[in-house]
Amino acid sequence: MEHVETQLPTPAFQPALLSGVEVDTPVQDSVRVPRSATVARDSRDTIGELRVEQPRIRCNDVNVYYGDKRAINSINLDIGRNEVIALIGPSGCGKSTFLRCLNRMNDTIDGCRVNGDIVLDGVNINNNRIDVVPLRAQVGMVFQKPNPFPKSIWENIAFGPRIHGLAQDKEELDDIVVTSLKRAGLWEEVHDRLDQPGTGLSGGQQQRLCIARTIAVGPEVILMDEPCSALDPIATAKIEDLIDELREQFTICIVTHSMQQAARVSQRTAYFHMGDLIEVGATDEVFTNPRHELTEDYITGRFG
Amino acid sequence: MTRTLEGHTVQRYNGELNNLHLRVLEMGGLVQDQLRHALLALNKKDVSVANTVLEREHTVDELELGIDDDVITVIAKRSPVAGDLRVIMSISKTIADLERIGDEAARIAHLAKGLYESEHSQPSNHLMRDVTTMGELALQMLQESLESFDSLNVDHARALVCRENELDIEFQSSLRRLATFLLEDARNVGHAIHIVLLTKAIERVGDHARNIAEYVIFMVRGEDVRHRLGSYCEASNTASDPVAPDEDRTH
Repeated sequence: MEHVETQLPTPAFQPALLSGVEVDTPVQDSVRVPRSATVARDSRDTIGELRVEQPRIRCNDVNVYYGDKRAINSINLDIGRNEVIALIGPSGCGKSTFLRCLNRMNDTIDGCRVNGDIVLDGVNINNNRIDVVPLRAQVGMVFQKPNPFPKSIWENIAFGPRIHGLAQDKEELDDIVVTSLKRAGLWEEVHDRLDQPGTGLSGGQQQRLCIARTIAVGPEVILMDEPCSALDPIATAKIEDLIDELREQFTICIVTHSMQQAARVSQRTAYFHMGDLIEVGATDEVFTNPRHELTEDYITGRFG
Repeated sequence: MTRTLEGHTVQRYNGELNNLHLRVLEMGGLVQDQLRHALLALNKKDVSVANTVLEREHTVDELELGIDDDVITVIAKRSPVAGDLRVIMSISKTIADLERIGDEAARIAHLAKGLYESEHSQPSNHLMRDVTTMGELALQMLQESLESFDSLNVDHARALVCRENELDIEFQSSLRRLATFLLEDARNVGHAIHIVLLTKAIERVGDHARNIAEYVIFMVRGEDVRHRLGSYCEASNTASDPVAPDEDRTH
């Protein structure tokens, strides 16, 4: 197997392309809690290290409303470069809602309002002046159920780069397809059947195809919403392994219901509870010594 | 019982953790009894009591193996995290220390046999006095460490680990006294060696008991205080904990 690393295309859009949307809000920080202390269940302040040096994404006072109902309350959180951050919490806690804020997927939901600053590389993306099409190339998304297009494997990957104009000719497009498939660890398995439909692959392969498709448009951030919940343990292990490799180049934000998966793949963990961000911290610490009683209750299986 | 062991949605998990906790206490009780009898054998110069201790030694070992098995099963089945993980790890370490205390008790029983089984002269009560005092101190420390493990009470555990190590001080001064006895009469040397081995064994028991108290602090608070007792004890003396007093951890 020859090992030619082709350069991936530069991101579909550069922050400079955006009309300058100034960001000038004071940065909210977390409540400091001594290491050995625990915070009682009724507290809803965020504790832990929610700010990082040179964040890829900085969220300041983000609120989401579905109609009159406030789904998430004043979230302050940084997402660092080249890190995997896991968002965990019970169903309905707002973690997926928050994830969808990061590439404006909530725009597609009727009656959904998002306010607050979501600053990606210095630009507030939560702004009407932002074009969401290039944004979603820059912040890609992988869903719970693998959803390849009903087209060939090659087409599945080539589609994004083509519409974003990332390739001049068929040759460049081929390069992108091959590189993306290799990066997603799928090349070995599909290189001799690129013209076959993507839907003919196994669930795990389809999910890696979706990841390859996301990578193909040169994102900076990859959002994953329970990417392994429909997969068997082997396919899950492959995806997790892949996430670990992709971290070198991308920022990854993953929502998962599997606590073990969060512990395995992420460097930071954020625990959401009924719309509040309760605790953020290094995954190693959150899973050995959480500081908030709600976090402890959730990860140890003491619900309600 | 405390929330440390209970409150899981899966009821059986509560049962498993509680059961482990009880089994450790059972082992602790047995080890304590072993130590008490080993010291009794010394005090009463009773070789049969020493033999009982030696016969029961394997029961301690079996308890350790059994609890270890249960620990592995719980890890495999439940993938414990956070507080649960700390409980499991602390239990696993506690039983290792308990087993070592059991070994020391057996060693003491063995030495008692050596001293009182033979035809040779027996050490004077004068020489044995330190052994008795230290034995009582060690029993007391073991008792306290097991109580703090039983009630998962950090305050009790802290009191034990932060207290001056009397046993160690006694051991040092016992060595000095033995040296004086030897200078007075070199024929004491055989007994002196026996007594050093005895006091050393007893001194070890104290260290294991303190280890157990350290695990209790780690289990309940997530604070690993090993090898930094100085700063820990200093900090806990000055700062009262405003956020979560220990009482809040229990129902």
